[in-house]
Amino acid sequence: MAVLNEEQSMLRDMARDWANEQSPVTAFRKVRDAGEAIGFDPKAFAAQAEMGWTGVIIPEAYGGSDFGYLSLGLVLEETGRTLTASPLGTTALAATSAFLLAGSEAQKQAWLPKIASGDVIAALAVDEGPRHDPSKIATKAEKSGDGWTLSGTKKFVAEGDGAHLFVVAAQTGSGIGLFLVPADAKGVSRASRNMVDARSHAEVSFDAVKLDSDALIGPEDGAALLGQVLDRARAGVAAEMLGLAVQAFDDTLAYLKTREQFGEILSRFQALQHRMAHQFTQIELMRSAVEGALEAIDADRDDIAAKVSLAKATACDTLHLVSREMIQLHGGIGMTDEHHAGFYIKRARILENAWGNAAFHRERFARLAGY
Amino acid sequence: MATAELTNPADALEAFRKEAAGWLAEHFPKSLVGKENVLATVEGGSDPDPEAVAWKRAMGDKGWGTPTWPKEYGGGGLSYPEARVLQEEMGKIGAWNPIGGMGVMMLGPTLLEFASEEQKQRHIPPICRGEVRWCQGYSEPGAGSDLASLQTKCEDKGDHWLINGQKTWTSGGQWADWCFALVRTDTSKKHEGISFILLDMKSPGVEVKPIRMISGTSPFCETFFTDVKVPKENLVGELGNGWTIGKRLLQHERTNLSGGGSLGRGQGPSLSDIAKHYVGTDAEGRIADADLRMRIVRHEMEAQAFKATARRVMLESKSGNISLGSSILKNVGARITQERAELTLEIMGMNGLGWSGEGFNLAELGATRGWLWGKAVSIYGGTTEIQNNVIAKRILGMLDHQ
Repeated sequence: MAVLNEEQSMLRDMARDWANEQSPVTAFRKVRDAGEAIGFDPKAFAAQAEMGWTGVIIPEAYGGSDFGYLSLGLVLEETGRTLTASPLGTTALAATSAFLLAGSEAQKQAWLPKIASGDVIAALAVDEGPRHDPSKIATKAEKSGDGWTLSGTKKFVAEGDGAHLFVVAAQTGSGIGLFLVPADAKGVSRASRNMVDARSHAEVSFDAVKLDSDALIGPEDGAALLGQVLDRARAGVAAEMLGLAVQAFDDTLAYLKTREQFGEILSRFQALQHRMAHQFTQIELMRSAVEGALEAIDADRDDIAAKVSLAKATACDTLHLVSREMIQLHGGIGMTDEHHAGFYIKRARILENAWGNAAFHRERFARLAGY
Repeated sequence: MATAELTNPADALEAFRKEAAGWLAEHFPKSLVGKENVLATVEGGSDPDPEAVAWKRAMGDKGWGTPTWPKEYGGGGLSYPEARVLQEEMGKIGAWNPIGGMGVMMLGPTLLEFASEEQKQRHIPPICRGEVRWCQGYSEPGAGSDLASLQTKCEDKGDHWLINGQKTWTSGGQWADWCFALVRTDTSKKHEGISFILLDMKSPGVEVKPIRMISGTSPFCETFFTDVKVPKENLVGELGNGWTIGKRLLQHERTNLSGGGSLGRGQGPSLSDIAKHYVGTDAEGRIADADLRMRIVRHEMEAQAFKATARRVMLESKSGNISLGSSILKNVGARITQERAELTLEIMGMNGLGWSGEGFNLAELGATRGWLWGKAVSIYGGTTEIQNNVIAKRILGMLDHQ
């Protein structure tokens, strides 16, 4: 565990209590069973906003608390533990980062207070295929008059069904630019996708959407900016994954300590003890990597990219292992829909894919290191 | 042997090959190529395709759905080499075996070994013709890996048995006609108190409740027995010998569950083909994701070594030797099945994580459900951990330190 200051400790404890009491896994089950396209409970998100979590990385001048990425990561970890279905990470961390990194004063004034209050949900619309690849963006923004005309289709946009604002990556002619596109703009349409985690991953289409010149956030050749935004989004996802891994592990450990076979509590079998010890070891490594990435972002260090790829690759490998072991070590009961082990492995695979899987980040780590 | 044994064995086999090819050409309708429904042998419902019905009847009458079982009970009476030739000839024309299910995979071989003549005559021919669906009443909520701790009570009431208790993970319980079950006939002994019994699922007092799985399907049930009367003649083997019979049946189960058959050639696209499609290739034709490519290689190599082992085990056991290799088949088969599913998912990216509806093709949705369902392979029929215990204790002689 990173060394936390008093505010961070309080925030984490508050998040843990809220998740346990107000948003246990049974709350996610209700969202799943309801089958709504938005894939979250608006009341739960409103409660999170009420507690200020939507403004954790937003400066006080725009209605936030400016506690930083590690602080928001702590919240995402705690809510991730119970699989809380909420757009918090997408809007308050990923999309917000675009404003913090490159927003003009006017853009920040227009959107950040609304994001901080939870009135606006913003989402990143980057990928156009099933596998994360920011080098394959075909969506086009063409200059027309004073503004832009945006056309293209984005796939698997997290919170795409509930978002009010999209931050869209598009080819500008001089590179990749990021554009602010309200979901109710003419020419924007979305198609829901029913996925294993029962959350929102919509296909969002932009059909000759007319945008003013101030829709562009950052430069026209903003590939570097996109990379920075994505790195923050990845760190946020890794924090959620940490929460999943910790809880999946805890639940498995608790089960092994109660289930009896052959007249013995399962946790007395050395073969299982070692499996748990190995997972515990990997989760400790994962925690260091994830917190390290969030701290690098807060300190604005120059090795953010490498630290983030380390965190995401480690998170993917570890959660993959832990989510599989959760089912195997629970045995048949873990295979039933009545138990929640399936919820964890399903959400885990979605998060493994989000903003680059382990292979993507190992490759990127090697490139960044020059080999 | 279906063909003359006095001639050169190789010639005899070739003669059988011609015979098989001829019969298959006559009876397997080309329209059924690729239409195998692997669940048809487990699930209920009538088959609407008259050609499929006719094919099943033809294979059932010929006994070739259970090619190596004795002819006198409705089997094909073929030798193992002949059965292999038959399989090859079926593969050539895309023919598939319409006879299957638990009766074929598990119960039949067990009955052949342990049942009375009367029981064999009654129960094996319908299995060979695919007329009766069987389910397995083994596991209980408190008896999973520790199966012998099962509690379902079977009392001797003079002219019948009376069964009370609960089973779980009853595969296909909601569709089954009959159930083979392990029941407790003596509460004073653990293993020796277990007997093996056959019961009609239509008996009064049998209730089934499907269990919804993480894959969204319900192939298993909880099965409740309340004062179920079972005729005396349905006990297989001797009273209290059920554990021995039940374990033998599990060996058949594990051999079948190891997936040796399903990994056979020509079943769907290879991982590398799927990867080329979704990930693309570099200038030299290599899968563009180097890390993924090496993991596919590792998987393919292990799958090949597994197939070679399955074949070696078959040859060794045929020659009358006990094959040590057989002990590893279930675990390796499970690992390969699950690894392939995980790799397929990774290759497909978000397209491999669809649940239903628009945006995903059938292969993708199939990959997702198959991935989830496949998590059961290392749990059912003896978990990977139990299999490893068997290897460590029985084969390697590594006894508990206690």
